[in-house]
Amino acid sequence: MKDFNMIFAGFGGQGILFVAKVVAYAGLMDGKEVSWLPSYGPEMRGGTCNCSVCLSDEPIGSPLVINPNVLVAMNTPSYDKFIDAVQPGGVVIVDSTLVTVSKERKDVRLIRIPATELADENGMKGLANIIILGRLFKETELCAFDSLEKGIAKSVPPRKQHLVEKNLEAIRLGQEQA
Amino acid sequence: MSERVLMKGNEALAEAAIRAGCRHFFGYPITPQTELAAYMAKKMPKIGGVYLQAESEVAAVNMVQGAAAAGARAMTSTSSPGISLKTEGISYMAGADVPCLIVNVQRGGPGLGGIQPSQADYWQATRALGHGDFHVLVFAPSTIQEMVDLVALAFDKADQYRMPAMILADGMLGQMMEPVELRDMGDVQLPEKPWAACGHQNKRKHNIINSLYLQASELERLVKERFARYETIKAEEQRAERYLCDDAEIVVVAFGATSRVVKAAVKEARAQGIKAGCLRPITLWPFPVDAMREAAKTAKHFLTVEMNMGQMVDDVKLSIDCSRPVSFFGHTGGVIPEPGEVLAQIQKIAGGKE
Repeated sequence: MKDFNMIFAGFGGQGILFVAKVVAYAGLMDGKEVSWLPSYGPEMRGGTCNCSVCLSDEPIGSPLVINPNVLVAMNTPSYDKFIDAVQPGGVVIVDSTLVTVSKERKDVRLIRIPATELADENGMKGLANIIILGRLFKETELCAFDSLEKGIAKSVPPRKQHLVEKNLEAIRLGQEQA
Repeated sequence: MSERVLMKGNEALAEAAIRAGCRHFFGYPITPQTELAAYMAKKMPKIGGVYLQAESEVAAVNMVQGAAAAGARAMTSTSSPGISLKTEGISYMAGADVPCLIVNVQRGGPGLGGIQPSQADYWQATRALGHGDFHVLVFAPSTIQEMVDLVALAFDKADQYRMPAMILADGMLGQMMEPVELRDMGDVQLPEKPWAACGHQNKRKHNIINSLYLQASELERLVKERFARYETIKAEEQRAERYLCDDAEIVVVAFGATSRVVKAAVKEARAQGIKAGCLRPITLWPFPVDAMREAAKTAKHFLTVEMNMGQMVDDVKLSIDCSRPVSFFGHTGGVIPEPGEVLAQIQKIAGGKE
């Protein structure tokens, strides 16, 4: 894939906006044009949340992704909401700990990863989003690996830089699930 | 060149205003603009500036008038319903020749409308930002980088012409992140403001900032002076971007966030052999009349694309004296046009011509 038009979706509190920001920053580090656009409806903690991210060699037209070629779904309502919109040939990654796949499409590549379970088992509570990112990177190589590392360092606030290493561990764990 | 960083539009705009020398911000929260005020609340106290959350939009805009009348580089920001409340103060500032910056991160209307991106305040911004005979400068950025760059320009032009300036953004530009380079502008030297009502230790006659003139002839003289200034602005300050317009037979006119979608559609139309171009007004007042007339030399048809019901159509028609057909395509607040839809409109026009 040359251009990535991605939707990250899940519950508020799962780090949807954060993982989307890491990807956008990684694209920026690769010298790409990037955009990040959150849904900002009347969402609240526990409600659904989604974020559009575009990586391209060309200036981004609309930052709102309608037909993604990458969908990351971290809960069932998000999977149900966006699965039909995914472009044929697209990549769909679900957190299989939380997502019940009721409808399967033959023309997309569906990857199941029990990210929340893996996070809990490996002392990475709250990093299911980053484990999924590792798996996504393995599948799509959407950026250079060191850009991904830089993306994490840039997205973690300065006061919390001690968490960078834990995030990188989560990336590696995700990669190993392929 | 400084580093390109990812920033939300609202926050980047706030940072740009601070770098442009703004030290007085008065506001009131409203989605989708709130991050701008929140950023100011965090930053201003650390740099000796003023952030004040007023009790209402009306109070906030009048605080801007007070600070700006004393010569400060002052601003306020809000979203559509908030602008309606601020129009009284904006009219007073226009009537008293007080420069300031007003930011509108537009959402759907009328009424409380919605909180999604919209461009439905075009008429309000360009025609009636309050009662009385007056205009404000209106800048319409299409990227976060441009929004950042236009902040300093808007402040400078407001000072130069002694009038309020507006950045007309929308919820998409306010909420999204994209790479932006924030330039270090050093210590900004504000222009001399000999008209300002500030302390002078009795060394000169006191200045009065006022918009009340009970003598009809005096009021008329002042309004006419102001309109003479507007003519200068119309001659000097029109800004527009031309994208593939040189030989364009179908010229698509779009401003702000919508123009990004239009450019993608125009590019695809060109790939299909249709001579389309995008003409993007950067200033909405003054409207880029000269660029429209220039485009009309090759254009057989104009199409405006907006996130409203067609508010810019008349300005395009007037610019070219209705010498070409002007069509409209758009959606209202929150329904962002898709490149495919715009392309279909271009194809329809191209097909109808043959």
